[in-house]
Amino acid sequence: MKEQPEAEPLHDAGAHKGPNYMTIFWWLAGFTVFEVAYSTILTPPKALLISGLVILAGIKAVLVALYFMHLRFERKTLGIIFASTLILGAILVSVGMAEHFLPRP
Amino acid sequence: MEHAVALSAAGGPSHVAGHGTGHLEEEYTTTGIRHDKMGMWVFLCSEVMFFTGLIGSYIVLRFATPLWPVPGTVLNIPLTAFNTFVLICSSVTMVQALAAVQRADYRKMKLFLCLTVLFGAFFLCIQGVEYWKLLHEGFNPHVSLFGSIFFTTTGFHGFHVLCGVICMAFVTGKALLGKYTQAYHQGIETVGLYWHFVDLVWIVLFTIIYLF
Repeated sequence: MKEQPEAEPLHDAGAHKGPNYMTIFWWLAGFTVFEVAYSTILTPPKALLISGLVILAGIKAVLVALYFMHLRFERKTLGIIFASTLILGAILVSVGMAEHFLPRP
Repeated sequence: MEHAVALSAAGGPSHVAGHGTGHLEEEYTTTGIRHDKMGMWVFLCSEVMFFTGLIGSYIVLRFATPLWPVPGTVLNIPLTAFNTFVLICSSVTMVQALAAVQRADYRKMKLFLCLTVLFGAFFLCIQGVEYWKLLHEGFNPHVSLFGSIFFTTTGFHGFHVLCGVICMAFVTGKALLGKYTQAYHQGIETVGLYWHFVDLVWIVLFTIIYLF
């Protein structure tokens, strides 16, 4: 009979010393205010605007995932599963964009 | 206990025995991650693909259409920025509720859960006001491609927030009845993951739809 894999003890992300959630909150709020000001008041050139906003949104999303969703304190398995989905999503969007930017035959 | 380990290791049903009786039997899994948490993460991965489809469609259409309206001329950016702040507030109250139950501070847990539900409901109310104003001004799903994709994307996100508020209200009801303890609070953590994900999606949507 095939031997069962050894069960690992349950990992509890709550066992870590929690980060200062209010600090993360103020960072998120600050980035949001800056985003709005960047796009409505500063109005940089389009390429700079888009790249800047994508970077800011990315930083905010990473902060939420790492600290509020506790991905930073979880096992790597969850991070790998989630990251692989994000990579698939990025490929999907890139292929869609390629249709627009690449020269048509 | 050994029986529970064997079932879990074999992919069979795992359980937290003795829940409600004050005795908690530790659950074991092959990944070391609770089954409900793993299930929620896998579900969230499917949600990533769902929203990628919507956001990807928006981006492709946005760049493929020469005459795309400037979002600021159609949409109310200050109102939506405030709504983003509301959703971030709800995320922080959610994570504070989880932190409170983990240190057995049940009074704060209940307070933060109630606040999360209120913030979520408030977000929906503001989105309703935004929709009502836009429709009143003649901006609707069939007026333009932008209108169509705007209402589809933000509407689906709003539906997710509504589902989150309903789940959160259920969890809050259980918390008010004293069903969660320092040892047993999986429901709060699992629903919290969903809630933070909804917040994360909005952060991306707000940037792409309202600010680009």
